Amino acid sequence: MSGLNKVGTLVAALSHIQDGSTLMYGGFGGVGTPPTIVKGILEKGIRDLILIGNDTGFPDIGIGKLVTAGRAKKVIASHIGSNPNAGFMMTAGTLEVEFYPQGTLAEKIRAGGVGLGGILVDVGLGTIVAEGKRQYTLAGASYIVEPALTADIAIVHAKRADHLGNLVYDKSGRNFNPLVAMAGIFTIAEADEIVAPGELDPELIVTPGIFVDMVIQSEGVPWKWVWEKTSAAE
Amino acid sequence: MGEDVRCRIARRAAQEVSDGMVVNLGIGIPTLVPDYIKADVHVLIHAENGILGSGPTPAPGKEDPYLCNAGGYPISLAKGGAYCDSATAFAMIRTGRIDMTILGALEVSERGDLANWIVPGRRVPGIGGAMELAQKARQVVVLMNHLNHAGESKLKSQCTLPLTAPACVNLIITDMAVFRVGAEGLILCEIMAPYTAEQVIHHTDARVSLAEQMITIP
Repeated sequence: MSGLNKVGTLVAALSHIQDGSTLMYGGFGGVGTPPTIVKGILEKGIRDLILIGNDTGFPDIGIGKLVTAGRAKKVIASHIGSNPNAGFMMTAGTLEVEFYPQGTLAEKIRAGGVGLGGILVDVGLGTIVAEGKRQYTLAGASYIVEPALTADIAIVHAKRADHLGNLVYDKSGRNFNPLVAMAGIFTIAEADEIVAPGELDPELIVTPGIFVDMVIQSEGVPWKWVWEKTSAAE
Repeated sequence: MGEDVRCRIARRAAQEVSDGMVVNLGIGIPTLVPDYIKADVHVLIHAENGILGSGPTPAPGKEDPYLCNAGGYPISLAKGGAYCDSATAFAMIRTGRIDMTILGALEVSERGDLANWIVPGRRVPGIGGAMELAQKARQVVVLMNHLNHAGESKLKSQCTLPLTAPACVNLIITDMAVFRVGAEGLILCEIMAPYTAEQVIHHTDARVSLAEQMITIP
């Protein structure tokens, strides 16, 4: 059992993340982004990250905390609108942003995670998204060639994990997490609850543990959700 | 835009939704549309963050941070709803399984080109799921102000902003009127009172023809 036990500490997890690392993260508007790992990266002072994920969260929520603190030099995402800091930094030239349509980004990450070189996709043809990109005609249809994405480190947030790294997610907190989990060279899962092998229903496991290198216990969300702030302001 | 105007646009949009549809709603006015769908019209609401069958906003205190819409705000799950990852959520869109998307726009051209993701040098919120939805949903319904903040028509002979997708919009509902996108430009089919057809055409910077049967929405 011990050789298969992937449960580790936050300190051990953070030792795998360096200045300049390419860091892929799960989450959508912060929902499903691992809060304890983000907090750890922030407190440890890790910087110059290349972030890959759906969006830049909100200014003080999810990966948005790292963006707001200026810890990213580049972001590859589909959307930054909910975090105005990302837009300001992009305009000021301190943050490079590479945009993809959300479904294309998901498939680029998925391709990386399943061992494919890239994808053929027709979304964005006839728009600036296709400009300067290689195109390919197959069976009479045109496609943009999009290379796969992988990352030095992938961080995901699960509702439950077992010692082997099998993961179950929480409702809409799933989003990019199962894709990101597979695309990391080293994948760290933060789980709200860690259980012994056999405790998770094998029919319901979403990410098999082979894709996960380390599991750490979540300390919970240290931020207020955007709608909690809204209702407090009312 | 006043709350009554937003509701009027949402109520009109709800008439486009028919029984059995799978519908994706953008942020803003589109999220009001379900409030106006008739009780005997059963639809599945798709959200690109991995929900097929989302339900109404929960009561205060009943919110679940892990059950949110694509805008990051709490929702509920309808009976029979399902969760999935983002790749699967977009598989549903890319393969044409979404019957209708209802979304906002910065500009729409007379041939149905949609621009809604970037104002170069000024505002770059990003693409999100808009390109897949605009290009692949079977019907694209745009809800928007007729005029921008400078008082210029958001309906254009040609879009000036970078496109989200070319020739994709089927129906446009504004605070002044309802247009279908035809082969020969926009077809003005309904007018929101108290505007007149002349006023609508005056404020529309695109080729417009009049529908045979013109309806005024009170």
